[in-house]
Amino acid sequence: MKLLIANGHVIDPVAAQNSGKDILIENGKVAAWLDRKEARPDDAEVFDASGLVVAPGFIDMHVHLREPGQEHKETIASGCAAAVAGGWTSVCPMPNTNPVNDNAAITRYMIEQAEKTGLANVFPIGAITKSSDGSELAEMGEMKAAGAVAVSDDGRPVPSAGIMRRAMQYAADFALPVIDHCEDKSLSSGGVMHEGKMSLLLGLKGLPALAEEIDVVRDILLARDTGAHVHIAHISTAGAVEAVRQAKKEGLTITCEAAPHHFTLTDSAVEGYDTNTKMAPPLRSEEDRMAILAGLSDGTIDAIATDHAPHHADEKSLEYDRAPFGITGLETAVGLAFTELVHKGVIDLVRLVELCSTNPARILSLAGRGTLTPGSVADITILDPEEVWSFKVAESRSKSKNSPFDGREFRGRAVTTIVNGRVVFAAETV
Amino acid sequence: MRPKRSVSITDRATNSTQMTTGKPYRRRDLLGIRELAASDIIGILDTAENFREISNREVKKVPALRGKTVINLFFENSTRTRTSFEIAAKRLSADAVNISISSSSVSKGETLLDTALNLDAMAPDCIVVRHSSAGVPHRLAEVSKAAIVNAGDGANEHPTQALLDAMTIREHKGQIDGLSVAIVGDIVHSRVARSNIHLLTKLGANVRVAGPRTLVPKDFSFLIRDQEFASGKKPLEVCDHVEDAIRDADVVMILRIQRERQDAAFFPSLSEYSIHYGLTNERLALAKKDAIVLHPGPMNRGIEIASDVADSSRSLILDQVKYGVAVRMAVLYLATGGSPSER
Amino acid sequence: MASDLNLVEKSRVMDASAMNRALRRLATEIVEKNNGAENLYLVGIRRRGVPLAERLRDKIEALENIKPLYGILDITLYRDDLSTVGANPVVNRTELDDDVDGKKIILVDDVLYTGRTIRAALDQLMDFGRPKKVQLAVLIDRGVEHRELPIQADFIGKYIPTKQNEIIKVMLKEFDETEAVGIYHRSSD
Repeated sequence: MKLLIANGHVIDPVAAQNSGKDILIENGKVAAWLDRKEARPDDAEVFDASGLVVAPGFIDMHVHLREPGQEHKETIASGCAAAVAGGWTSVCPMPNTNPVNDNAAITRYMIEQAEKTGLANVFPIGAITKSSDGSELAEMGEMKAAGAVAVSDDGRPVPSAGIMRRAMQYAADFALPVIDHCEDKSLSSGGVMHEGKMSLLLGLKGLPALAEEIDVVRDILLARDTGAHVHIAHISTAGAVEAVRQAKKEGLTITCEAAPHHFTLTDSAVEGYDTNTKMAPPLRSEEDRMAILAGLSDGTIDAIATDHAPHHADEKSLEYDRAPFGITGLETAVGLAFTELVHKGVIDLVRLVELCSTNPARILSLAGRGTLTPGSVADITILDPEEVWSFKVAESRSKSKNSPFDGREFRGRAVTTIVNGRVVFAAETV
Repeated sequence: MRPKRSVSITDRATNSTQMTTGKPYRRRDLLGIRELAASDIIGILDTAENFREISNREVKKVPALRGKTVINLFFENSTRTRTSFEIAAKRLSADAVNISISSSSVSKGETLLDTALNLDAMAPDCIVVRHSSAGVPHRLAEVSKAAIVNAGDGANEHPTQALLDAMTIREHKGQIDGLSVAIVGDIVHSRVARSNIHLLTKLGANVRVAGPRTLVPKDFSFLIRDQEFASGKKPLEVCDHVEDAIRDADVVMILRIQRERQDAAFFPSLSEYSIHYGLTNERLALAKKDAIVLHPGPMNRGIEIASDVADSSRSLILDQVKYGVAVRMAVLYLATGGSPSER
Repeated sequence: MASDLNLVEKSRVMDASAMNRALRRLATEIVEKNNGAENLYLVGIRRRGVPLAERLRDKIEALENIKPLYGILDITLYRDDLSTVGANPVVNRTELDDDVDGKKIILVDDVLYTGRTIRAALDQLMDFGRPKKVQLAVLIDRGVEHRELPIQADFIGKYIPTKQNEIIKVMLKEFDETEAVGIYHRSSD
């Protein structure tokens, strides 16, 4: 079975490709790149990508799929459906499932569920410590063998610098990046929104930027000490971006990601107490948002990741300070990246592909992904940079509807998603 | 379709549409002082002045809200505030229903939304709500057809407390414009402080706050950073010492100190608090000679306020309670359809 | 109150001196019927009843050398149309500084029409205590056929039979530019 993606504009930073090419897919792999002049194989189905951008499949390196344990919020099947509808060909679920993904059996279970669903690829992230309780190291080697691509205790970051140091030393042995949700809970405890003018105004307890920055700096020092690859999850403050910028200058193996809501919204969105503005790290100040934009533009920030965190409506209709942290993001991320970044001149299309595909594949060492060079896996995201559309949360494929972007209009979207050579999502044409 | 609602207690813009759509009564929310203009605040205070006399009558009741239902929905205990609202509702002939919901119903799985919709199905005209979480009245106002009155939400606002404080100050000082008001204590966790800061600065007073740095963050003046008096004087100042706040003040407002703040390591002990931050006669002597002392109650005597200060004629705590009824009558009247008075 | 904008004056029924004469006569009648000014308590109904009550008090004092008690009622909270369309009434202060118990109350208003205002005033008065007697004095009575309640005045300045679509305006110097009573109708009629 052959598929020819014809007449598209191909962007692949790995191959320094940024022009018109046809791409031939065979048996789930990229078989060849054809010039427009070349004769097309007669036996290939043709996908006309005229006016569209053809990019290596987007990889969301930070999602929560809630399975096993909280299937009322999301399942691997529903999460993967939302992923491909948003243009993501691969997703990396965090280990805060129930039970926690701290062993090879659960890692394998997640991958098998995803294979059954047959939509997006799932590359699980294993726990750093058993039950993510910050004390004993989890079996990283076994999880890696089962398919885990990184380790993290995500929302329950390892509080002890001593344990974190050993975790980094050990993870480095297996070439696993250590992903850290940087939050010193002794500083952030009880906080529900960014600490600043808005939190004072609204009478809500603040999560200070300091809580994030103190842990980012700690992790940088530990990375220098251990030589481990540290990846900072959802970076959100100006101070944290600057710290990573300096660490990169020094040559440390530090990478980081930013979430679409952090480059789009600020804490002023919390006015009105909509619990869909509550997430950790919280929506920060405009200064912080500007720093995220600068980091996305100058290369300090390596990846865009959604931190897709589905929660049931019953939980989100609690009081602001009792509602759980997190919003869904898989279906809005590409729209936001186009609207807020590309069309506002913050980044160009090549950089968008780096942030959403090339870099995540490199950070997680996903062989054959993040590129379209012949021989690589045929995971492809096809983009229409100009399509104007609006997101309706009621039509979301995610089981949860906790998005602050309901009804928001975007310019630019992923129109077709191809995973392992198969079209798994095609947007209805307008 | 739900009628268009306003976030503030006055919204004259929608008045005419309300009248033409034939809604029998306008319903207006009082969610906070922050949303109100100075003229709105004065309108409520002037209305409250006209309600004062009712409590001195032989029959302390007028038929204004006959047939209306006011639900006092208290998720947090407060005998004083609830009683004051209940008396206010009853003196207006409304049917007042008290509902106390402990946070245990949350563990039963009932969400705030469920509670609101269930109450709404019983068609109350006004819901007076107190909750330990900021923003609960705002969320209720979005779903409820009843007028929502905030009786204190978390650390956000307690608008009727600020209004009764303002009424007390007006009664004793004639006006609020140009006064210096010191607010001392646990500022950061205090809804009373927030509502008072908004109200007093909107009406032209200079507010100075002080207390332990752990409870009075230096950047608290951010609260109304965008506002400045024509004189160039700052409407809100954060003082390093209690003495600086009290010096030459016309009004000294003392906040209640919550004992649990000590457990959370905001200060080491109640006795140390009383020595360094409590209102003693010596500290009060720094204020203007005719300065008055307010406290939202209940007082911790000997901690945030010395007993002899609390019992002195300068302390107007009982006046505050008295005016509380008039203010709440005015708020209930306005929330369910009345118009504010002009002096 | 109807908006003044669309009103056209049909005829003027009283000028300042006619009003003054009517009030003088009312004062005399009140004193006669009550055998003097002893125990009299004049209570004006906001708004235009208030200056009328003040003037009657002064005239009674001039006749009898006794200053009757005097008070103000704001009947807003007792209105029976509070919950009808567009009510939004503004509350003003009621000022009854003296006890009403055992007093001879003279309620004073400018115009007696449907009787509903007087009903509200009576209800409110009773909430203040138990007067010995309540009488009603009005400057203008528009006629018993307009009455919606069994209420009539004890003292009437002038009886003016009117149609329903006509409006009687009592203008007093405390609120208006002139001192007069006129019959008006809406310009659209």
